Formats: sequence, C-alpha cells, structure tokens
Amino acid sequence: WGRRPLAARAEPELSELQVVIEAPDPGCDSFPHLGSSEAYHLTVTEPVAVLKAYEVWGALRGLETFSQLVHEDDYGSFLVNESEINDFPRFAHRGILLDTSRHYLPLKSILTNLDAMAFNKFNVFHWHIVDDQSFPYQSIYFPELSDKGAYSCNLIYTPADVRLVIEYARLRGIRVIPEFDTPGHTQSWGKGQKDLLTPCYNGGQPTGSFGPVNPILNTTYDFMTKFFKEISSVFPDAYIHLGGDEVDFTCWKSNPEVKEFMKKQGFGSDYAKLESYYIQNILDIVSSYNKGQIIWQEVFDHKAQLKPDTVVQVWMANSYAHELSSVTGAGFPAVLAAPWYLDYISYGQDWKKYYRVEPLDFPGSEEQKKLLIGGEACLWGEFVDATNLTPRLWPRASAVGERLWSSRDVTDLQDAYRRLRNHRCRMLRRGIAAEPVFVGYCAHEGR
Amino acid sequence: QLLVYVAMPGCDGFPNLDSKESYKLIVSKGSMLLSAEAIWGVLRGLETFSQLVGRDENGTYYINETEIVDFPRFPHRGLLLDTSRHYLPLRAILETLDVMAYNKFNVFHWHIVDDPSFPYESSTFPELSKKGAFNAMTHVYTASDVRAVIEYARLHGIRVIPEFDTPGHTLSWGPGAPGLLTPCYVVQEPSGTYGPINPILNSTYEFVTSLFQEVSSVFPDFFLHLGGDEVDFTCWRSNPKIRAFMKEMDFGDDYKKLESLYIQRLLEIVSSLGKGYIVWQEVFDNDVEVRPDTIIHVWKENLLTPYKEEMANVTRAGYHALLSAPWYLNRISYGQDWMEAYRVEPLDFRGSPEQKALVIGGEACMWGEYVDVTNLTPRLWPRAGAVAERLWSNSTVRNMDDAYARLSEFRCTLLGRGVQAEPLYVGYCENE
Repeated sequence: WGRRPLAARAEPELSELQVVIEAPDPGCDSFPHLGSSEAYHLTVTEPVAVLKAYEVWGALRGLETFSQLVHEDDYGSFLVNESEINDFPRFAHRGILLDTSRHYLPLKSILTNLDAMAFNKFNVFHWHIVDDQSFPYQSIYFPELSDKGAYSCNLIYTPADVRLVIEYARLRGIRVIPEFDTPGHTQSWGKGQKDLLTPCYNGGQPTGSFGPVNPILNTTYDFMTKFFKEISSVFPDAYIHLGGDEVDFTCWKSNPEVKEFMKKQGFGSDYAKLESYYIQNILDIVSSYNKGQIIWQEVFDHKAQLKPDTVVQVWMANSYAHELSSVTGAGFPAVLAAPWYLDYISYGQDWKKYYRVEPLDFPGSEEQKKLLIGGEACLWGEFVDATNLTPRLWPRASAVGERLWSSRDVTDLQDAYRRLRNHRCRMLRRGIAAEPVFVGYCAHEGR
Repeated sequence: QLLVYVAMPGCDGFPNLDSKESYKLIVSKGSMLLSAEAIWGVLRGLETFSQLVGRDENGTYYINETEIVDFPRFPHRGLLLDTSRHYLPLRAILETLDVMAYNKFNVFHWHIVDDPSFPYESSTFPELSKKGAFNAMTHVYTASDVRAVIEYARLHGIRVIPEFDTPGHTLSWGPGAPGLLTPCYVVQEPSGTYGPINPILNSTYEFVTSLFQEVSSVFPDFFLHLGGDEVDFTCWRSNPKIRAFMKEMDFGDDYKKLESLYIQRLLEIVSSLGKGYIVWQEVFDNDVEVRPDTIIHVWKENLLTPYKEEMANVTRAGYHALLSAPWYLNRISYGQDWMEAYRVEPLDFRGSPEQKALVIGGEACMWGEYVDVTNLTPRLWPRAGAVAERLWSNSTVRNMDDAYARLSEFRCTLLGRGVQAEPLYVGYCENE
C-alpha cells in the first residue's frame, strides 16, 4: 500500500468526543425506567465532537450512534463525517423476549444478547424465565422450586446470576422485566411446591396429573404473596410481567372442589370468571409491593378488573389491530408483540415483513394511540437454545428495533436493506454471530 | 480392546460409488470384533461403535453385548454445500465433513461456484477467482485448500464431487473470462449485462475443455456434477448473433435445442476426459442426449413437476437417479420439519423393481442464499440426520417416536462432540 498523499495528511482530525449529561441527576446510579430520557444531540465537527443528553440513557444511545458513524478507510484510518444529529426514540418500550424455560440459556448467551440489544437500541429485556417445562429461577424463599423444577441442578439461575444480568443490562440502559406466568404455564412449579397446582380428575378420581395453579385455596395466595415479595425485591424494575395467557380450563372443570367453588361464587359455568378472580388477587398482591403489572391480552379479554396503568401485551396474531383498539380504547397502555414472533421462522428475507409493520395502524383516537407504548420481538424457546439463538434473533430483530425507534416515515425497504446489511457486518465484527441478510459477504469476515 | 479385521482395506485409495461399506460388529464378554470387507466399512462400523458406548453416573464407560450386521441401503448418500452465495471458511467445511461422517454420509457435493462469486482458484485461469471471488485474497479456495478438503473427506470415507454448474448460474465467471458469457441486448444495443455461457462460439468450448481438464485432474472422483439447471433463455433470445445461429441450425424458437447443443458438447468433453457426470434434471427433461451411465439429479418439486413423477420418468428411461427434491434443508420452516424429511420414501413412485434399482441414493441440500458460517451448523444438524438415516437404513425403519428418541439423543451426542447442532424440541442434554 502506498503512502497517503501529502495533502490528505492535513485532514481535519477529531481528537475528542465530549459527553455532556444535563440533568442534575444523570441517572448513572439508578435503573432505567419507562419514563427515562433517551434523547441525545450529537455534533461531530473538528476538533471536538459533542454528545449532549439529558440523562445518561440518552448518552448511551448517542454513543452507539457515534460508534456506527465511525468507519474505516482502505488505509486503516478511522473516519467520521461531520454531522449533526438530534435523535430520540419513537416508542419508549422496545423489548426482546427470551424464554429460558423451554430451553435453558447459559448466562453467556443472555449477556451476549444484551450486548446485541444495546447495538440495536433495545431497552427492555422481557425475561420469560419459567414455564411448564422447567423452573430455572433459584428462589430464596422457595429453593425447592428450582431444586425439583429445573431441568437439572446446574441448569439454574442463582441470585448472583440474576444480579449479574440485571446490572449488565442496566449498564446498557436496558430494563429487565421478569415474567412469572400464572395460572397456566406452571407445570414445573408443581414439582417443588406441593398443592400449588390443581389436581385433575377423571370419573371422580384424581388422575395424578395437574393443571393450572389452584385458584380456590388460601395456601395458593399465601405462597404467591411470599413469592412475589421476593420477586419484587430481586428485580428492581417498576414492572413485573404476570403472564395470564392460555389458561386451559379442562382441569379446573374436572375438579369437584373447584366446581363447588364456582357454584359458591356464582360464576355459573364461566371459568373465565374464575381465571379473573385468580388474576385479580395476584394483581392486588403485586400492587401491594408497589410494582406495576404487565399481562398478556387474555387477562384483559376475559374482563378481569385491572389497575389503571396495567400494561396489556397483545400477542395473538389474529386481528391484533382490533385488539390494540380495544385495549387502548379501554384506557390501558399496550405493548405490541403479535406481528413480531421471531421464533416463527420461514424461508427468505422475513425481516421485511417485520419492518413493514406499522404499530399505530389501528382504528383509534390520538389519545388512544399515545397508549401504545412500544413493542417486543419474541423468541420463544421451543426450538431455540444457545446453539442457534444469536443467528435466529439477529439481524431479524434489528428490523423491529428500527421500527420501534425511528420515525414513522422511515420505511424505504431498499435503504433499510443496505443499512441492515452493513449493520449485520458490524455486529459480526463485534462478536455477534448474526446470520446473513442475503447473498454476499462482509469485508472483515475471515478465512 | 476393539479388534478390527478388514479383508481388503484399500486405505490408500479413494472411496467410490461401488465401495463396500458393510461391516459386522460383535461385542461380547471378553471380546469386541469389528470386521469389514474394506476400510470404508470399518469407518462406518467405528462410528456405530462410538455411538454404542455409554457412560454411567460414576463416569464408567460401558457397552451392551451386541451383534450387528450393517450395510447401507443406498450407495450415494450426499450433502450439498454452496460456497458461492456465501463463502464458507475451510474450518466450516472440515467440521461439516466430521459431522457427515458421524451421520454416515459419504458424498460431499461441493457446489463451489455460481452467479454471485467464484471462489475456486484455478491454476489454468487464475483471473476467474481474481475477478470473480467476493474477495480474491480472503474469500477463495486455494489449490492447497481444495487438496485439504479432498484428503480430509477421504479419511472419513467421503467422496468429493465438485459441481461447476453451466451454462446458467455463471455470472461470476464473466469478469475473469471475457467473451465467455452471452452479452444481452436491449433493442439493437448491448445492454451491458450478461447471460448464460455463449454456446455459439468456439472459444467457449476451448475454455470449457481447458477448465474441465484441470477440474478432472484436481478432483479424483470418477464423477463430476455439471449442473445444467435453470438456464434463462431471455438473454440468448435478445442476442442477434444467437438468433442468427438459431436460424442457421433450424432450431426455430426452441432454445432448449440450443441448450442441448451446449450440454451435449460439454458432456462429450467431460467424457473424453475420463469422467462420468451427474446433471440436474433439466438436462433430462430437455431431451439432451446423455450417456447411459449418466446420473440425473431430481430436485424440482411443484404441482407441475412432482418429484415422484420425475423419478418414475428418469428411471423408466433407464437412467440412474439421485433424489434431492424433498430434502432442500435450506427451506426452513417453524417446527419439527425433520419429520417430513424422515418420512420421505425414495422408492415411492410408480415403477418396476428394475427401475427402482436405478435409484442410487439422494442428497440433502443446503443452498447458501441465507446461510454462512454463523448459522450453517445449527441449520444443518440434526435435521440432515433424518435424511442420512433414510438413505442408510432399511425402508422399514420409520417409527417416528423411536426416531425422535434416537435423534434427540444423537443431538446431545453431537453437542458433546463440540457440534452446535440445534435442539429438536424442548428439553435439555445431560452434557449441556
């Protein structure tokens, strides 16, 4: 390689990037929350570039942008164009759901994913931590839950593991919202907590199998009170996700005591009322610990009484626009997941279909639309573990990331394609094994 | 101690279509014996042996008393990798060969070049990769790389069949071989774009002869895959010189005849170089005259051309057939799609026993449009294992529950061997 021409060496140099955080309390020692300021102003000019943000969270976003502006020339020099950027997210809740119950995910996977999330300005890690298949969360009050419910004794998340994830996320401006989904999706809870789940009956006899959490016993609510006390103190975020999806009523219907309870309560044969009865109790418990609640749409659909700021997560693909109208029409904040189930893989460039989603494309007033606080890309774990998580999530989730951050009119697919390809190569350079967008290559990938 | 007895090893040779892969494995108290006719059977038997060994809670290795007589149902059990749509580093290819051997695959179909890039470093035509590779320094296979692949494969009992697909799928050949591709025309002027290889020039056939001379000597297998698929006639039609040629030859408007002309000459060239050939089904569908020992590779699956019909047609005409149509593993979908691949019955088509005997096997294909080293292994394994068993085992081995149990356990075995095979379904591996 030749030497650079003399004239070129007299080029303007950037010697410093000054970061200025304007708020009296920049937020460095606190946790990010729904109302955090993520706006920033970046001025790149020689010799000193300035990144201004109100809170540290905006500085993080601005630093990420700055890192993406820097590029390398053929001689190995790093360059950045003079720029002036005024940026802020369109939606405040931009999340990724990971499922660590269908398959255990080692800590490394979770941490690497938090890195990738930060590169894509995602700010919520929705940790669907337990479910039917396994209970890897090591509870302090109820150690038997993971002792008996985890896949194996080493496939667990200890309190130290959980703290590490929360802090690692915090440093990247990412909230960790845990989901302890009940009353359905709880098979693994029953292994370590006797009498928590409803015994199913057949012909007057217990079959030996169990259904959802038993909603009629006081012991259930004693347990949940204690359990959610722990969860509320372990997880610092203002919100806890309480699940409430896909409750199968078959087992409840088969159980004579439950049937008796239904009669006593005057629920008739409407088991949705029993579900709501249960959920309302849980919502009250969690409320008493000063935590906000997020629930899956069924809880709203089945007409449970929700506290005013309860966030409803819309996940059912069928008529989700209609559901968004109903939820926001009833005055509740909504988070959209339905069109972004990234575990539903298919052949071809499916990132385009995720990119094309317009979250506010639903019938509703201006006020209603303000209640859509954001969305989440979900990677359910039935077919996903550490061997394929990263290539399956990235760069597909990046399409969702941009849709949730950028302005509504940033929709040009060709431009997005070009930038997404670059971004994918960038993630590769940073150690994220993001899969290819289409035919081609990255300059820095190796032999 | 496992005693290995092999009648006529052939350790210094290359595996071929007729290699004997049968073996006998006897494990009894006091002695373990693996016997085979050729070294290739020993390799298969050793793999089986390695899968029989278990480990208990105390860490002790054990193996059940057993007597196994095993041999493959089909002699050609292949995997296709595409190193043109995305370059695959050598280590990815070598790792794939390892896992192929764990699955008793015995053919690596190396779809090495195509439209997007030409990573094969040719000694005769160095410009091909210099101008046609994604990056001539970093995204190429040198002669030594190619030798490494062939030898690594050989040691695992795997044949390497390269595919230099022509006359279509050749855009990347153009920059390094000016005059090779057909210039397309728009109205009366060259448009600046190019189409398939130009079939009307003598220079084309000189080039093809020299290239395939090199390829024939570099790759020791008797067979070469010559491609011949998806030739788009639009560019030929647009070119006035080609139109003139068509008139001269009295081909009318049937460009299939022009394609056939090219293919026929190519097949003659390759034949005279002492190689046999495999071609994609279009060559057969378009009535090209091919040698009787040509292998037709059936890949299309749609309402117009269901693959079972094609298999019947190909074998009825007396040709050998290779099945890939239902095994395009690059076509991912949600759920346990390995089951569909497993349920395929290659001989389930209308034909006589003699016809069915012409089916020599099949290949799982991992086309590279959306695949590179970041996702190759989890996308290939354990799904390709379903195809491997279908091609090795008896046709009666089709119980899905049993297959699930064995495949999910095998997946954990792969994990233990350092292979990032993805999960089949919910659960975990003991060795995780």
